[in-house]
Amino acid sequence: MEDEQSFSDICGGRLALQRRFYSPSCLEFCLSCPRITLRSLTAVTCTVWLAAYGLFTLCENTMILSAAIFITLLGLLGYLHFVKIDHETLLIIDSLGIQMTSSYASGKESTTFIEMGQVNDVVINEAIYMKVIYYLCILLKDPVEPHGISQVVPLFQSAKPRLDCLIEVYRSCQDILAHQKATSTSP
Amino acid sequence: MGLVSRGAAEAGRGAASAVDRPGPPDAVPNPTPTPPAEGADPGSSRSPGMVLKAFFPTCCASADSGLLVGRWVPEQSSAVVLAVVHFPFIPIQVKELLAQVQQASQVGVTVLGTWCHRRQEPEESLGHFLEGLGAIFSHRPWFQLCRERGSKSWSCKATHWQGPASPAASGEDQVMLIFYDQRKVLLSQLHPPTALPDRQAGDTTASAGGLAAVFDTVARSEALFQSDRFDEGPVRLSHWQSEGMEASILVELAKWAAGPVCLFLACLLSLISAASACRVFKLWPLSFIWSKLSTCEQLRHRLEQLTLIFSTRKAESPAQLMRKANMLVSVLLDVALGLMLLSWLHRKDLIGQLADALIPVADRVAEELQHLLQWLMGAPAGLKMNRALDQVLGRFFLYHIHLWISYIHLMSPFIERILWHVGLSACLGLTVALSILSDIIALLTFHIYCFYVYGARLYCLKIHGLSSLWRLFRGKKWNVLRQRVDSCSYDLDQLFIGTLLFTILVFLLPTTALYYLVFTLLRLLVVAVQGLIHLLVDLINSLPLYSLGLRLCRPYRLAAGVKFRVLEHETGRPLRLLMQINPLPYSRVVHTYRLPTCGCHPKHSWGSLCRKLFFGELIYPWRQRGNKQD
Repeated sequence: MEDEQSFSDICGGRLALQRRFYSPSCLEFCLSCPRITLRSLTAVTCTVWLAAYGLFTLCENTMILSAAIFITLLGLLGYLHFVKIDHETLLIIDSLGIQMTSSYASGKESTTFIEMGQVNDVVINEAIYMKVIYYLCILLKDPVEPHGISQVVPLFQSAKPRLDCLIEVYRSCQDILAHQKATSTSP
Repeated sequence: MGLVSRGAAEAGRGAASAVDRPGPPDAVPNPTPTPPAEGADPGSSRSPGMVLKAFFPTCCASADSGLLVGRWVPEQSSAVVLAVVHFPFIPIQVKELLAQVQQASQVGVTVLGTWCHRRQEPEESLGHFLEGLGAIFSHRPWFQLCRERGSKSWSCKATHWQGPASPAASGEDQVMLIFYDQRKVLLSQLHPPTALPDRQAGDTTASAGGLAAVFDTVARSEALFQSDRFDEGPVRLSHWQSEGMEASILVELAKWAAGPVCLFLACLLSLISAASACRVFKLWPLSFIWSKLSTCEQLRHRLEQLTLIFSTRKAESPAQLMRKANMLVSVLLDVALGLMLLSWLHRKDLIGQLADALIPVADRVAEELQHLLQWLMGAPAGLKMNRALDQVLGRFFLYHIHLWISYIHLMSPFIERILWHVGLSACLGLTVALSILSDIIALLTFHIYCFYVYGARLYCLKIHGLSSLWRLFRGKKWNVLRQRVDSCSYDLDQLFIGTLLFTILVFLLPTTALYYLVFTLLRLLVVAVQGLIHLLVDLINSLPLYSLGLRLCRPYRLAAGVKFRVLEHETGRPLRLLMQINPLPYSRVVHTYRLPTCGCHPKHSWGSLCRKLFFGELIYPWRQRGNKQD
């Protein structure tokens, strides 16, 4: 079962939240970030090439122009492979764990998996950063102290959705976590 | 109770074994399901609605029907399937094999359930037969996995027998299928995330649950994977080896030849280390020189590494094996780079050119130093110096330079031969060649080092004198016993002489300070050049190239964790996931497996360095291990 909703992020860009319901114990959320626009790409390329041409008229060295082309190409490839995130996915599997995947624009994926035994809770935190923003995070258990928190792992850091989107994700996560706690703590 | 149950089980097994031998399961009449006495395990925790996890190897997905063999982990309610036993089999022999494997590997391997790979809808007899097997092998929960040939629809059930009286009341649980690549999980090594510094090492084992248990189970069950379904044994198994045995002739030959080669090289290396540890080298002048030269340190380091690599003891843990492999690759790369350097030097006859250029360069450096001293003896940068002290210091240093130049000219006929022999040492490795270069730089700039020491000692003396006389000027004294400043009443003549000396020292301070500044800057320049060379040597020494190569070519061997992918899902069918290995990022590979180096790192922070410079204390940034501080 799959459904898609449209939200906006804290900067005003459009986000698409796709929710896939595989079973009562397995849920996947996929948040797509705004794509790289042709306008920004053209603007950056033109700036770099105009600057290179300006230097060329000063120095009369053609190496500057070829260097500018190389820099633009390498910079674009590096940006797509290391910086620009296309979509972020959150997969919750009851009794296994929570998995976060970030997919970059070049296709590279970077995944982190947290086992359910280490997860204390999933909460929405507030942060003050020139204005108040909300973010979803996972609280990890402290191995020494049973009810303590050892680490906070923030989710959806590149997409940065607003509170309405976070509430949707938060409700579904809490359903699964409650179900998992109920089945694991009963004797 | 135990004896009675065993008797009943034997009776059941006897009845079943007689019917198993004929062959195809459809021809078998229904055996009466003998209720096992140890059926309902009162200790098993089970609650309605709980989801059980079954880790199933991808290599068994196309295997023929049979029994599932593996390990049940009750804490995570998960079953790790290791292999499939095919029909026909004799239950006693299966149990014997499992007992053998359990003893050999300390892993609780049991029969977990049945596996059915069929063409169309099951016949009734097959269903009853499979349930009958559930009675023979008592394991709760009993898994029944089923797959239609050629399609992607799977079904699985996990049943619990409630007891002999009410088989209809047996409960069923939801099962989640997780596929894993058995060969990759067998070979991979899990690296848990780095523990926070305020934790003890023992605490992490409590939280390393779940998936680490799966990896551990598969890795320790090597004994189960010895025989295959194509072998002529009583029990035919299907596991990752069934996809084809992998072996490389070169690897096998290397393993066979490694024994005698290691023995021979270990003897050779022990001879060399015994020779180097003999008493002759421990006499005072020689031991002092050895401790100062970085070449000897590097050679000793390499000798230690080679001894470790070729030692005849087997590596105890995977970390030690990786370390040995890293060291071997590092030594080989070093020698290869050294040989390349040697061939390049000889091709262009650079050694001869270098020897010819060395004397003029040394002369040039001495000339520049003389110019510098003449400048200092005049009015440097417009400052007015104390003429008498200036002349004394300047003449002293000029005489020094004169001595140095004569020494260099004395050595000039032998330079080329020395350089040629030194160049040969590059075949021991690039790091040795770089260390020799660093030592040559140190020897050639020895006069700068001497000037720095003279200037620093003078300046240090002056600063201490000034501070002590300043205390006298204020009427205080340094109490050595209490290590603090106390007030003290001085006589008039003590005060008079003290103030006079203080004034003299203050007016002589700019001259000494200027000489000190100039020579300290020169010394820092030389130290910076040597530091760069040492940094390069450390890099070659400590980079774990084998681990990086392994991460590049076989990323599943170094695992940071796992990742899951949900496979095609139909409602009513169990949830299927694919578990893949998440490889370690390169930065963590370097951090975890970097080799220990000589430890010649600057031990001062910037603050303490500035403090030492201000007070005129000598700085030795490259303290070798084991030397006492000055």
